[in-house]
Amino acid sequence: MRVIAALSGGVDSAVAAARAVDAGHDVVGIHLALARAPSVGGRSKGCCSAADAHDARRVADVLGIPFYVWDLSEEFTEQVIEDFVEQYRAGRTPNPCLRCNEAIKFSAVLDRAQALGFDAVCTGHYARIVHGPRGAELHRAVDEAKDQSYVLSVLTLAQIESTLLPLGDSVKSQVRADAAARGLRVADKPDSHDICFIPDGDTAGWLHDKLGESPGDVMDQASGAVLGQHRGTHTFTVGQRRGLALSSPAPDGARRYVVDVDPAAGRVWVGAEDLLSVTRIEASQPRWCAAPPVSGDRVEIQIRAHGEHHPAVIEVTGGGVIAELDIAVRSVAPGQAMAMYDGTRVIGSATIERSRR
Amino acid sequence: MSTDRAYLDHAATTSVLPDAADVWRDVSLTVGNPSSLHASGRAARRVVEEARESLADDLGVRPSEVIFTSGGTEADNLAVKGLAWAAPSRRRRILCSTIEHHAVLDPVLWLGSHGYDIDWLPVDDVGRVDPHDVRSRLGDDVALCTVMWANNEVGTVQPLARIAEACAEAKVPFHSDAVQAIGRLAVDAGLPGLTSLAMSGHKLGAPVGTGALVLRRDADVVPLMHGGGQEREVRSGTLDAAGAASLAVAVRQSVADQEVHAARMNELSERLIEGIRGVAPDAVINGDPEHRLPGTVHVSFPGSDGDTLLMLFDAAGVECSTGSACTAGVPEPSHVLEAMGIDAGIARGSLRFSFGRSSRSGDVDLVIEVMPGALDRAFRAATPRLRPVR
Repeated sequence: MRVIAALSGGVDSAVAAARAVDAGHDVVGIHLALARAPSVGGRSKGCCSAADAHDARRVADVLGIPFYVWDLSEEFTEQVIEDFVEQYRAGRTPNPCLRCNEAIKFSAVLDRAQALGFDAVCTGHYARIVHGPRGAELHRAVDEAKDQSYVLSVLTLAQIESTLLPLGDSVKSQVRADAAARGLRVADKPDSHDICFIPDGDTAGWLHDKLGESPGDVMDQASGAVLGQHRGTHTFTVGQRRGLALSSPAPDGARRYVVDVDPAAGRVWVGAEDLLSVTRIEASQPRWCAAPPVSGDRVEIQIRAHGEHHPAVIEVTGGGVIAELDIAVRSVAPGQAMAMYDGTRVIGSATIERSRR
Repeated sequence: MSTDRAYLDHAATTSVLPDAADVWRDVSLTVGNPSSLHASGRAARRVVEEARESLADDLGVRPSEVIFTSGGTEADNLAVKGLAWAAPSRRRRILCSTIEHHAVLDPVLWLGSHGYDIDWLPVDDVGRVDPHDVRSRLGDDVALCTVMWANNEVGTVQPLARIAEACAEAKVPFHSDAVQAIGRLAVDAGLPGLTSLAMSGHKLGAPVGTGALVLRRDADVVPLMHGGGQEREVRSGTLDAAGAASLAVAVRQSVADQEVHAARMNELSERLIEGIRGVAPDAVINGDPEHRLPGTVHVSFPGSDGDTLLMLFDAAGVECSTGSACTAGVPEPSHVLEAMGIDAGIARGSLRFSFGRSSRSGDVDLVIEVMPGALDRAFRAATPRLRPVR
């Protein structure tokens, strides 16, 4: 196959590309220029820095494959960064990595690759693609701690069929060892954890710059009383405890958490921890990468990257899905994706709209 | 018959001429600092001075007017910043064309952020500066005027003599970046009114790291680097005898061959343009069809992306460039095409093919052979940008 290997400059994508070469594919390496923010004083942090592009180029050199940089910064700004800001403005909690996979890596990149005559895109995500009798299936990675099937749960079957994920059967330590054995200098490069376009990790500060101040009241869910003020609903997410700056404690002395965010009214609702526990999650815009479930099917759901798996019964409605959980889960925020699994197999994903106890 | 791979990016760099490589090797194996006073030092100094005299003869100036530098960028920086810094305090305006190479553009912009006023010289739709416009802007508040001899992207050649003449009359120092011009055009660095001229070795068959600033004897410049003052107290750093010698050899050969070389480059360019018109009738050939650098063909393919085309051509064995500068591997939008008023959407799908000594007609055949397939794929790959994703 003719394969486009996305090289971030990190160890995972480097080993993934190397394994695609080993498998006999005709591989071309690309680095995605996603955020074109000028580097300040030569500092390099974040996944789109010049230093990462340099590391990606060196990986391609060592593997002996051609290398190009694809400028997808316009698409990334429109589809990922602006969406991220708008979601927070609307009081929701988006996952930009998932959005990037959906709109950029497996859409814009795959589309361009296919138009250029390539058959597949190869990435360093930890997840497995299994070709079974029902066609391609997306499964959790062998390395549970690194499993990234959640951020890939938005892919369509067609996208999965044109994807290579050579790391799904390895644990991270094996990948690093493989990189070292191949003489790839990124073998001991630290993992990236931040949102790539917020390199200093200060998401609240970044959002504050984008959305500005919009002060409002912090409300008590139990009494309806005004407990304090906040500088903008967008810095709060359901389940959050820090940053509330409430002067008076709850009558029972218990900690208070954000239980609801209402940007239209400019209100942040707080309450006791047990208010965060929900057993029913309603989600919209389901995307299925396998045969869609029917009402009554038992699945496992996951509501955040590297989150726990929760057994649930699915109800399929007109425009979405409802999950009735066996055991209550905490801190479910609108805008998060709910990935659904049959064992290790991803069935699909939907966007959480509301949840109830 | 077509060749396996076609290197059509000689404007980026070209291979070192065998004679230039030989002389570099011979000199570099001989010990001696040209500033030392003993026999070895004197021998090395002799190599440098003979190179300087050779270069001066070929460029039409005096030996003392040749200042060896590390290349075109240093030469441009030395002239632009050096002349601006040396200008009397009432002269704070800089005339600069909008299509300069970054080696001139960026020093000028830097000066602009350090107390100088930049007066941009516009170009017409083929990239030419109007000498009348230059004349109208000159005055006793101008520190210097800088206009390149020939543009590195689209290959447009400027009316240098008339601009230099206007500057001479206004008594304003005039600098020209001739990095692309030497060897392809008949370059007279002794042109009346020209204060300084920058040249680079690796564009004409000398090693990277060689170059020179031709600086008129009476020109006053403030050095960029302070040190031993080896070059006329204007440029410091140990003299590179091997580099100077090989630069002189390459320039000698380039200047001697210039007419024949230019004719051959023009012939290849014409063949390529003809072929492109046959394959892609709506392609736009950019630059001045009359005043054009031999061997540079800059073309826009509306509806495509230059970086995608470059990748497809590379895969098919054709090595070319988008022509504009790159940042971390991504071509920047071309300030040259923008200055020429070319629509950004069209500019996006641009490529530069540049011929050199090793170029053969088979190279053109290969480009034309692979072009339909590359264009077809590039047009298809360009559509996702226009299609909203979910």
